[in-house]
Amino acid sequence: MTGSSTRTSAAGSLDPVLEIRDLSVALPAWADRRLAVNAVSLTVGRGETLCVVGESGSGKSVMARSILRLLPEPHLRIAGGQILLDGEDLARADDRRMRQIRGGEISMVFQEPMVSLNPLMTVGRQIDEILEVHTGWSKAERRRRVIATFEDVRLPEPELIVGAYPHELSGGQRQRVMIAMSLVLEPKLIIADEPTTALDVTTEAQVLTLLKELQVKHGTALLFITHNFGVVAEIADRVAVMRSGELVEYGSAKDVLEHPQHPYTRALIDAVPSLVPRKHPEPSSTAEPILTVRALEKTYGRPSAGPKWLARMMPRLARGRRSAVKAVNKVDLDIRRGSAVALVGESGSGKSTLARCLIGLEQADSGSALIAGDEIVGRSRADWRPLRSRVQMVFQDPFASLNPRTKVGDIIARGAILQGVNPAAAMEQARRLLDLVGLDAKAAERFPHEFSGGQRQRIGIARALAVKPDILIADEPVSALDVSVQKQVLDLLDDLRRQFGLTMLFITHDLRVAAHVCEDIVVLKNGTIVERGLTADIFANPQHDYTRTLLASVPGRDWQRRGLPDQMAPTGE
Amino acid sequence: MRGLRLIRFIMTRLLQAIPVVLGVVVLNFLLLQLAPGDAATVLAGEAGGAPPEYVEQLRARFGLDKPVLVQLGLYLKNILLLDLGFSFRNNAPVLGLILDRLWPTLLLMGATLLVSVGGGVMLGVIAALGVRTWRDHLISVAAVIAYATPLFWIGLMLILVFSIRLDWFPTSGMEDVVAFHEGWARVVDIAHHLVLPTITLSLFYLALYTRLMRATVLEQRGAEYATTARAKGLTERAITLRHVLRNALLPVITMAGVQVGALLGGSVVVETVFAWPGLGQLAYQSLFARDFNLLLGIFFLSACLVVIVNIIVDVVYVLLDPRIRVGGKT
Amino acid sequence: MTSSFWIRFLGNPRVLLGLIWLALVVIGALAAPLIAPLDPFAISGKPFVRPMDGFLFGTDSLGRSVWSGLVHGARTTLLIAIIATLAAVAFGGLLGALSGFYGGRTDNLLMRITEFFQTIPSFIFAILLVAVLSPSATSVVVAIATVSWPPIARIVRAEVMSLRSREFIQAAVTLGERDFVILFRQILPNALSPLIVTGSLLVATAILTESALSFLGLGAPNFMSWGFMIGAGRSFLRDAWWLVAIPGIAILLTVLSINLVGEGLNDALNPRLRTP
Repeated sequence: MTGSSTRTSAAGSLDPVLEIRDLSVALPAWADRRLAVNAVSLTVGRGETLCVVGESGSGKSVMARSILRLLPEPHLRIAGGQILLDGEDLARADDRRMRQIRGGEISMVFQEPMVSLNPLMTVGRQIDEILEVHTGWSKAERRRRVIATFEDVRLPEPELIVGAYPHELSGGQRQRVMIAMSLVLEPKLIIADEPTTALDVTTEAQVLTLLKELQVKHGTALLFITHNFGVVAEIADRVAVMRSGELVEYGSAKDVLEHPQHPYTRALIDAVPSLVPRKHPEPSSTAEPILTVRALEKTYGRPSAGPKWLARMMPRLARGRRSAVKAVNKVDLDIRRGSAVALVGESGSGKSTLARCLIGLEQADSGSALIAGDEIVGRSRADWRPLRSRVQMVFQDPFASLNPRTKVGDIIARGAILQGVNPAAAMEQARRLLDLVGLDAKAAERFPHEFSGGQRQRIGIARALAVKPDILIADEPVSALDVSVQKQVLDLLDDLRRQFGLTMLFITHDLRVAAHVCEDIVVLKNGTIVERGLTADIFANPQHDYTRTLLASVPGRDWQRRGLPDQMAPTGE
Repeated sequence: MRGLRLIRFIMTRLLQAIPVVLGVVVLNFLLLQLAPGDAATVLAGEAGGAPPEYVEQLRARFGLDKPVLVQLGLYLKNILLLDLGFSFRNNAPVLGLILDRLWPTLLLMGATLLVSVGGGVMLGVIAALGVRTWRDHLISVAAVIAYATPLFWIGLMLILVFSIRLDWFPTSGMEDVVAFHEGWARVVDIAHHLVLPTITLSLFYLALYTRLMRATVLEQRGAEYATTARAKGLTERAITLRHVLRNALLPVITMAGVQVGALLGGSVVVETVFAWPGLGQLAYQSLFARDFNLLLGIFFLSACLVVIVNIIVDVVYVLLDPRIRVGGKT
Repeated sequence: MTSSFWIRFLGNPRVLLGLIWLALVVIGALAAPLIAPLDPFAISGKPFVRPMDGFLFGTDSLGRSVWSGLVHGARTTLLIAIIATLAAVAFGGLLGALSGFYGGRTDNLLMRITEFFQTIPSFIFAILLVAVLSPSATSVVVAIATVSWPPIARIVRAEVMSLRSREFIQAAVTLGERDFVILFRQILPNALSPLIVTGSLLVATAILTESALSFLGLGAPNFMSWGFMIGAGRSFLRDAWWLVAIPGIAILLTVLSINLVGEGLNDALNPRLRTP
C-alpha cells in the first residue's frame, strides 16, 4: 500500500462533482490477484479533467466502469468504499436511480467506437434513445436535439448522418457519434475510457481538441482513462497514476509530469520515447545499397464489412462487392547496408503491405525489388527459400507470433535448421541468442505461454536473428507492448543493430518510436511516399503538408519539447 | 433504390442456383445408374418370371436401352421444359404425382419452421433473460434431452400416448377421408392431423434453435454495444429486446437456412411414421419400387425447394442486417 | 493436455454422468456374448413376453430376447457411428484444411462442392446411397460419412484460415518452412480442439442417422441394431410398447451422453468461451 502518502498534493480547493473514497473492486476467485482496484480515492472537480494513467492490468478501466456500476457482475463486484456524486453514494444506489444517472448525469465514451455502437441501428436512433429514456420530449424535439448535438461535435451533414449505420462512418466519425451520445443531455461528468486509442494519430488529435473544446463550452467534468502520457500532457488538469489496482501518485498535471515523486511514475515518464531524434553516428551514405525498390505496386480488393461468423457460414453472401485499393503505389526505396529506416504512416497507408511484399508474404503486382542484387518480385514460395536468410521479420503481436505448442528453443533453432545447420549446433546457437536478447538460456526448454509480452518479443527477435539476416524488417514491434516494456525492446533492437551492423526497416505509426531508433525516415500516405530524408531534418523542417500534420498531431509534443532550441518548436500553425 | 437492388439480388441468386440444381440432378441420375435393377426388371419380376424378351421390350419402351449419357442428355433437356418424365409404376406423369404430394410436405415444413424458429427464439430469450433461474434450467435441460431424441421414436411414443392411450389425436394420415369434411371443417380436420407430425419434426430443431438463441443472446448481452446501452440508462429488458434480440437473431436465421435440407430429409421419417402423404413418403416408396424417374423428380423438386428457402433466408438476412450490401457499389 | 484440463473436464457432473453411461454401453458392446449369450436373432422363448417375466426386457413378436438385441445392437450402432465419423472427419478435415490453407481458387472450388452437398437433403441422399450400394454395413458407413462431412469441412476451413493469418504461421513462412510442414506440424495441432469437439458431437448425429436408416429397413442386414428393433416393434406398438420404448431410450441416453461429454470437452478446452 503506497496510497495514503501520495494523495495529499491533489485535492486542494476544488468543488467536487465526483468523490471516490477507498473504492475496492473484487476479482473472481480464480484470478491472479484478489482486488482489481484496491482502496482508491479520487476526486473530480466541476469542469476539470482528471486523467487516470496506467499500464495494462493497472485496474484503471475497471475503476472507471465501477463508477456507473457497469462491471460484469458477478465476476467483478464492488467490494467496498463509496462513489459520491454530489454527495450521493452510487455504490449503494438502487437500479432505478442508477438508470437515471447513466446517460443523464454521468455518461461514458468507450475505446472502440465500432463495437460500442449497435451495428443494426442508425446512429441517430441510438442517440435518440437516451432522450427517449430520460426526457418526455416529442419526437420532433428529440430529433432537433440530436441534430444540434451532431453539429456540436462537428459531424458533416448531420441531417444525413442521423440515418446512417455505424459501418457507413469512418472511425473518427464514429467516435464523434459516441461523444455526441455522451453530451446530448449535458451530464455533470463524462467518463472516457481510452477514447482515442483505436484512432489514428491525426484523428486522435482532432478528437482530443474537440473534447477539450466541448468541455469548456458545457462546463462538464471529464474523467479520462489513458495509457499515454502524451495525451495526459495534452488535456489533463490533474493526474492519477495507477499500478496493480493501487493509486501510486496523484497531483496536478504540471507536478506529476515535471516532478514525478513515485519511482514508478518516473520510470513510466522516462520510458516515453522522445520526439527529439537521437544523435546517430556516421550517416552511412557511402555504404552499398542492400535493398533497392523501384515502382513497386500492390492492389487489393477490399472485403466488405460484415461479421466474421457470417463469412464462415455463408461465404457467398458475406463476400459482397469489392473495390480495388492501391495499397502500394509506385514506391521507390533505397536502403543502404547498416542503416535504419523508419517507414511511418497511419492505418491504410500501405506500410505493412509494403513490408509484406518485401518479405514474400504478399506478391507485388508489378515493379522491382532487389535484395543484395537478387530480384524478389515474382518469386514463388519455393524460389524464395534460398533468400530466406537475407530478410527476416519481427512481428507485431507477441502473443500471436509464437506457436503455443512449440518450445522456445525449437522456435528459434528452426530457421537455422532449415538453412542446413545441424540441429545440435542450431540449438546451441539458439541458447546463445536467448542470452543475447536478455533471456536465460534455460528459456529454450519452456513454452511461449510462460513468458510476458516483452519477453516474447525478445524471443521473436532471437528467431529472426537466428538465420543471420542482412535486413531485419520490424513491423510495429512495440505497438502491442506497455510503454515501460516498449523502451526496453527498442533499446535492445538498437543495441543489436549496432553490434551486428544490421540493416533495419522499421514499420511504425508512432513518430516517437521512429525518432528513437531510426536516422532515416520515409512517410507513407495512401500507398505513396510523400516525404523522405534524415529523421532530424524532417522533424525540424517538414516539407510536405501531411508530414506537418502528423508531427503536429503527436499528443504531448510541446511537453516533450520543453527546453529545446527554437528551430525544434512546432511549425505550421 | 433498395427494392430494385433487392430484386436484382434475388434474380442473381436464382441464376446462380440453376447449375446447383442441375448438378444435383446429374449426380443423382448417375448414382441411380449404379443401382441394381431398374423399372423393367421390377415390373417384369412382379409379372412373375417374365421371359427376357419381354424385359428387353420394356427397356426399349422406357428408353432404358440407350447409352447412359444419351439418357442423361434427354432427361436434362426434358427437365428444362419442366417435363419430369413418366412414372411407369404409377402409370402417371411424374410432375403431376409430385405436385399432388408437394403441398402436404410444404404444410408440414411450414408448420415445423414456424414452431421451431418461433418457439426456439422465444424459449431461448426466456432462458437467457432468466439465466441461472429455474426457468433457464428447465428450458435448458428439456432442450438437451430433445436434442438427443430420435425423430421416429418420439413420433411413435407420441402416437402411443396421445393417440392410442388418450385418443386425442389421430394416429396417421392427413385428413379423415371417409368423413368428407368440406370448407372450414376440413381445415380443422387437417390441423388436427398436423399436430403430432409437426411436434415430432420440430422437436429437434426447436431444441437446436433454443440453445443457439440462448447462447447468442447471452454472448451479445456481453458485447460492448450492450454496455453502451446500459450506460445510456436502459433497463436490461429494453437492452435485450431492442438491441440484443435483432443481433442474436442473425445466427439463428443463418442456421435455419442451413438446416432446410436436413429438415426435408427428416420429413421422410416423420411422413413414414404418420403416413403423411407427402414427398418424403413418396420418395421412400419410389425407392423400393425402383421408380427412378419419380425419385429423380423428387430430388429435383427438393433441391429447388432448398434453394428457394435459402434465397428467402438470404433476403430476410439482408433486410435485417444493414451491413450486407446487395449488389451496390462501395 | 494439462492437469487443469482434466480437472475442468472431469469435475463437470454432466460430463461424469455422460461418461458413466457411455462406459456401460461400451462395456456392454464389448462383452456382448458374455452378458447376453442368447443370439439376438434366435427364437429364445414365447413371443411378446413382458419385461422382467423371465426375460429382463421381454421378447419381441418372434420370441427374440430384447436384452440380447440391445447389447448386440450397441455393438453395431457404436461401430458404424464411430467409423462413419472418423471417415467424415478425415475427408471433411482434409478438404477444409486445403481450402483454408490455400484460399483463392482452391478454396472457391472446394467450398462450392461443400455448399452443393449441403443443398441435397441429407437424409434422402443417405437413403439413396444405401439403396444404390445395396444395404450392408459398409454402405451404411459410406452413406453416413457422405452426408456428414460438409460441416466438418467448414469448421476446419474457418479454423485453418484464422490460424493461417496468425503471425506465427507467417513467421514459419518467412523462415522458409515447406507448406505441408506448416499445415501438418503447425496449423493442424492448433486446430485440433474444435475438431475433437465437433467430431465427438458428430458421433451422436451419426447414431441418430444410423438408427433412422435401420428403422426404415435400410440398415446393415444380419446385424442387430437399435433402430431396426424399433422398426420391427413398430407394428405392435398398441400391445407391446416396450419393443419400441426400450431401444429408443437406449438411443436417447447414448446420444445425450455423447452430447454432454462433447460439450464438456468444449468447455474444458476453451475455458473462456464457456457459456454461463
